[in-house]
Amino acid sequence: MEQLVFGYFAGVIAVAAVLVVALRNPVYSVLSLLVMFFHVAGLYITLHAEFLAAVQIIVYAGAILVLYLFVLMLLNIKQDDRYHRQWRTAAALCLPLFLELLVLFAGADPEAIDPLAAAPMNSGEDNTRAIGLTLFSTYLFPFEVASLILLVAMIGAIVLAKRGIGGQGA
Amino acid sequence: MSELGLRFTLSLIQIAVVVAIVIVTVLILTLAERKVLGWMQDRMGPMEVGPYGILQPFADAIKLFFKEDIVPAGANKFLFTAAPLLALIPAFIGFAVIPWGPDWTVEFNGIVIKPFVISDINIGILYILAFASLGAYGIILGGWASNSKYSLLGGLRSAAQVISYELNVGLAIIGVIILAGSLSLVKITNAQSGWFWHWYLFALPAPQVFAFVVYVISAVAETNRVPFDLPEAESELVAGFFTEYSGLRFAFFYLAEYANMILVSCIAAAMFLGGWNAPYPGTIFDLLGLPSLAWIENTMWFAAKTYFFLFLFFWLRATLPRLRYDQLMRFGWKVMLPIALANIVITSIAVYLFPNA
Repeated sequence: MEQLVFGYFAGVIAVAAVLVVALRNPVYSVLSLLVMFFHVAGLYITLHAEFLAAVQIIVYAGAILVLYLFVLMLLNIKQDDRYHRQWRTAAALCLPLFLELLVLFAGADPEAIDPLAAAPMNSGEDNTRAIGLTLFSTYLFPFEVASLILLVAMIGAIVLAKRGIGGQGA
Repeated sequence: MSELGLRFTLSLIQIAVVVAIVIVTVLILTLAERKVLGWMQDRMGPMEVGPYGILQPFADAIKLFFKEDIVPAGANKFLFTAAPLLALIPAFIGFAVIPWGPDWTVEFNGIVIKPFVISDINIGILYILAFASLGAYGIILGGWASNSKYSLLGGLRSAAQVISYELNVGLAIIGVIILAGSLSLVKITNAQSGWFWHWYLFALPAPQVFAFVVYVISAVAETNRVPFDLPEAESELVAGFFTEYSGLRFAFFYLAEYANMILVSCIAAAMFLGGWNAPYPGTIFDLLGLPSLAWIENTMWFAAKTYFFLFLFFWLRATLPRLRYDQLMRFGWKVMLPIALANIVITSIAVYLFPNA
């Protein structure tokens, strides 16, 4: 049963991820990305990481992807499929990554890469609590660095946007 | 019947009851809204269908059901069909974790179920936020797929508005989550039992008054209601994102809007006003020696609190003019967001200083 559920989620994730880059209409690409995010969240739930699943949907599906859609609608989609002529570049990028994956899997202990063999975390409220405790004790420094980087990116975006308006006005 | 089958059947019965209650509430609301608006504007409201106009919702439903279903030329047919469903499903799915009544457990053929909540999951409120954030897809895609500039502009406005105010909704309830120490709506409601000053709106050490105001305003904005109904501003955009919709698909958008109103009202009642708890300890039925009937009193309190918020929606609609778009964005980001953030800081400090209050 668990194998079946995992197989379903993994299969849909793979197919949807391919569709994101293969479909011609960008709006359909965004929708397949939405389907993919949902199945990734489903995978988290099978691993008893409910908090992570909810955050995955709130942040990625609920905010970031809506912004993608927002930008897409401001472009004139019907005349704009020039981004679908880049499969050579994509193949050149993907081949080394795929080889690397093969090498990694070939060298790994087969027990270690079985996702279902990993010990499930404590279910229940402890999952949210465990993430919080780990994040704010063991990984406090990386967490702070990540927030700082995001803050810098945010200020940078605001500065760039403001400068554009000032340049046009002057 | 196997245990799994029985569990499945019981869950389906619970889901059917909750969906029926929500749809009946929507029917009541469509009439109540016009009646309340009518009284506030010194009119009678609908009076024609049935005695005192009470059959008006059914007349509306029949009319929408039999209207011609038009798909505009040049529309994306697949997305045009999918958008109303994408708006409707997230609006209904959130009711799965709302506790309607006391936290009882009933044993039925060896299976323990909670009769007043479909699923008591430990991330209840995050689950609702996750699905509420998906409601925007129905609106944006409906606006885009209609192949109409009014619809597109309505959809774009809605996307920006929903993202901005969703953030404030999420931040406003963090104060309550800090006080309760749980994300489960059942546990949050249980923690507010006793006198009404145990409700998180008034509870020590950090009364959530400001968070409550931010939540209510942001919830009105998130459901695209007056005075924040920019996505469907009829003077500028005809009807916004559903300009091109007719018949049943229009009815789906309509249903989704009202179901969303009920959902945010239920969350407000459960998180800030004690949910199904009465404003006094225990229940009157308990004092009368009928503890098995106490659930009636509790669910009635929950309904009363929810309907208070729904009345507030109508009241605002009759009172306030629509905001301008830049005012809406400035208000969301420069007024609501700092208040919500300050509330989180103050609540955290208060809970740290008085952990047992």
